[in-house]
Amino acid sequence: MLGRTANGLFWMFRYLERAENTARLLDAGLRMALTRDLETAEAEWRSVIATLGLKPQYEAVHDTYDGSSVWNFVLRDKGNPANVREMFAAMRNNARTARTNISSEVWEAVNENWMALDKLLARPVSQGQVGQIVSRLRRTGTQVHGALDGSVLRNEGYHFARVGTFIERAESTARILDMKYYLLLPSVSHVGSSLDTGQWDQVLRSVAGASAYTLLNAGQIDARGIVEFLVLDDRFPRSLVFCRNAQRQHLATLAGMHGVESSCNTIMQEAGVDISDITVEQIFDRGLHQFLIDYTARNAAIAEAIGEDYRFLA
Amino acid sequence: MGDQTQNFDEMFDEHGQTRPAYSDYCGWYDAQDAVLLNRKSSEADESFRRTGITFNVYGEDEAEERLIPFDMIPRIITAGEWRRLTRGIEQRVRALNAFLYDLYHRQEIIRAGRLPERLLRGNNAWLPNMVGMTPPGGIYTHIVGIDLVRTGPDKWFVLEDNARTPSGVSYMLENRETMMAMFPDLFSRVAVESVSDYPRRLARSLAACAPPKCEGKPNVAVLTPGIYNSAYFEHAFLADQMGAELVEGSDLRVVNGRVQMRTTRGFKPIDVLYRRVDDDYLDPLTFEPGSLLGVPGIMDVYRSGGITIANAPGTGVSDDKAIYSFMPEIVEFYTGEKPLLPNVQTWRCADADSLAYVLDNLEELVVKEVHGSGGYGMLIGPTAAKKEIRAFRAKLESNPDNYIAQPTLSLSTCPIFTKKGLVPRHVDLRPYVLVSPDGIDITPGGLSRVALKKGSLVVNSSQGGGTKDTWVLKD
Repeated sequence: MLGRTANGLFWMFRYLERAENTARLLDAGLRMALTRDLETAEAEWRSVIATLGLKPQYEAVHDTYDGSSVWNFVLRDKGNPANVREMFAAMRNNARTARTNISSEVWEAVNENWMALDKLLARPVSQGQVGQIVSRLRRTGTQVHGALDGSVLRNEGYHFARVGTFIERAESTARILDMKYYLLLPSVSHVGSSLDTGQWDQVLRSVAGASAYTLLNAGQIDARGIVEFLVLDDRFPRSLVFCRNAQRQHLATLAGMHGVESSCNTIMQEAGVDISDITVEQIFDRGLHQFLIDYTARNAAIAEAIGEDYRFLA
Repeated sequence: MGDQTQNFDEMFDEHGQTRPAYSDYCGWYDAQDAVLLNRKSSEADESFRRTGITFNVYGEDEAEERLIPFDMIPRIITAGEWRRLTRGIEQRVRALNAFLYDLYHRQEIIRAGRLPERLLRGNNAWLPNMVGMTPPGGIYTHIVGIDLVRTGPDKWFVLEDNARTPSGVSYMLENRETMMAMFPDLFSRVAVESVSDYPRRLARSLAACAPPKCEGKPNVAVLTPGIYNSAYFEHAFLADQMGAELVEGSDLRVVNGRVQMRTTRGFKPIDVLYRRVDDDYLDPLTFEPGSLLGVPGIMDVYRSGGITIANAPGTGVSDDKAIYSFMPEIVEFYTGEKPLLPNVQTWRCADADSLAYVLDNLEELVVKEVHGSGGYGMLIGPTAAKKEIRAFRAKLESNPDNYIAQPTLSLSTCPIFTKKGLVPRHVDLRPYVLVSPDGIDITPGGLSRVALKKGSLVVNSSQGGGTKDTWVLKD
């Protein structure tokens, strides 16, 4: 497979995941805004923008945080070059680049949803439409992953697509957790104390984990339980440990196919150590924020090494 | 042109009776429900968009992707008509390759006084770098898309040879797929030759042209300028259907005397490159120095037998319309036979007598630039405004060598589907021809382009033309 095609598949699935995660974050924000007073709602929208890392860009064009400004900024404003419309275009362009290595099923799932969303996002998004758009974004992820699972050859391209998905997902879960941790627990002494469960509920919704968490914890909601779930539970497909295990598996398969282990496999081995034998207490002792920073740095290093090892660009 | 009744209509004769080629089809069509047909027509558009069969239009919004309108009434050719056509096409393609070989070697045709040498000097597709070099298998044009027009039952003419880079074959294939998906029952009633194995034939034909340095099974790749090119869909489609790599210039590099592509396992040699990049951009070391679309050094590899480039650089020289006007002589010179398919009568404005005639009859003629294509930069006398004719007259007088003129042909029509029923529109036909040392292979079918506006003779998609599925009937 061409290095450029591998890069196309990797980024196609990163953008797909990024768009889906952004949609979830908006969805959770919408929910909070509807059930809270104005002041809390504003704080919620502020945290959506902060989690996405868009604070300077947003504040360059807006003085206040209100729902309509935020979702339009996140979804389509030209002042935000990382808007969802652009993510979708980048996803589709990468799919076109890799067109000969994905099935018609995958391509059509991408193209149909792109056509619909590009049209929906061509004009300002009203309160009445935002829910429809968010659910379409989530459905795109489901459809494309389903098509991938059911129709593509399990050659190296498949593994580049999957590893791209888990690199992006790991990054997203870590970011959401880090942002909420800061907002809700300014000092370590508060860990474990009872808090606004609505906020935690929102964290879980942002990662599509609300019902899974409830199933496992029978309604008991606390910071420690949530951190354990989102970081260390290897049954939940968006937890940090699950993402890293999946990355490791796909990279090991790629190394097997190529008959050689490369730098990304080495980094992976080192990375495995920080997450497989750790307890939630140890994470809190070290500081959740520090833990998440280390995790994200490692995640980025793995992504970088994959691109170099498999000649994505040169 | 004017009077529609003078045209040869391929479906109905002058008494309104269905011609034999269409009798089975019309039997089916007349039994269809009009409302249902209307719905099918809009479904077809939807399906083209979903599968991404679009093209980008130059000069418009970058993001704009357009569909070439598809008309669901097929254009039908009988087995007998097709046999006669293919004999003519084969002869023409043999002559084209022999002609190109001769031009880049001893130029016997010029020495014999049958073709003026000045036609080469003024031709910007002529590549001096190709002189004396013999492409693998001696083949210049591997994929040819000869444009044919028709004026009567057995009257076909070659309008253009398109030996350089014919496009549109993906529409031939997708139009058929769409028709079969929309009207499966129709294909069980009418026996139509299949076109679907074209990509396999193309892969086989290209592999048969492998260069001397190829070891083992030839590695074929399609070279595209990239996703923003107007024909990217077709490039990806063909690569996908052939099981070939779709490469861009940035993937390629000359390593150890071969053109190699950067794979996830390192560099790997390419044996046959089906390039959809123009000559000028192919090798920045030889041609356009600023080009990022090509491969630095590919021409040296080519010359040393390390790669086959299809079609060969310099092939475009025969697409020149002044050279076209010599095609009857060219066919005779190389095959020793009379041409089976005639040219359209052509006045070369470079000749003083012809120029005088053309200037006197501009209102009746079609005038074309010798290097033009895609329906740009031409004058259609009968439909042009006075002002337009005046402007063209000035251009002709100041640079006559740049133009040829042809009579306005009474092109055949084939009905298209509209909400108000069937209406006749002008059509042309582009069959696709593959050439390898194993022989000449013509897929039974092709791309029929259709002018959608009443009376219009311009079928080019860049000028609002549409396409039809083209059927060759089985015996």
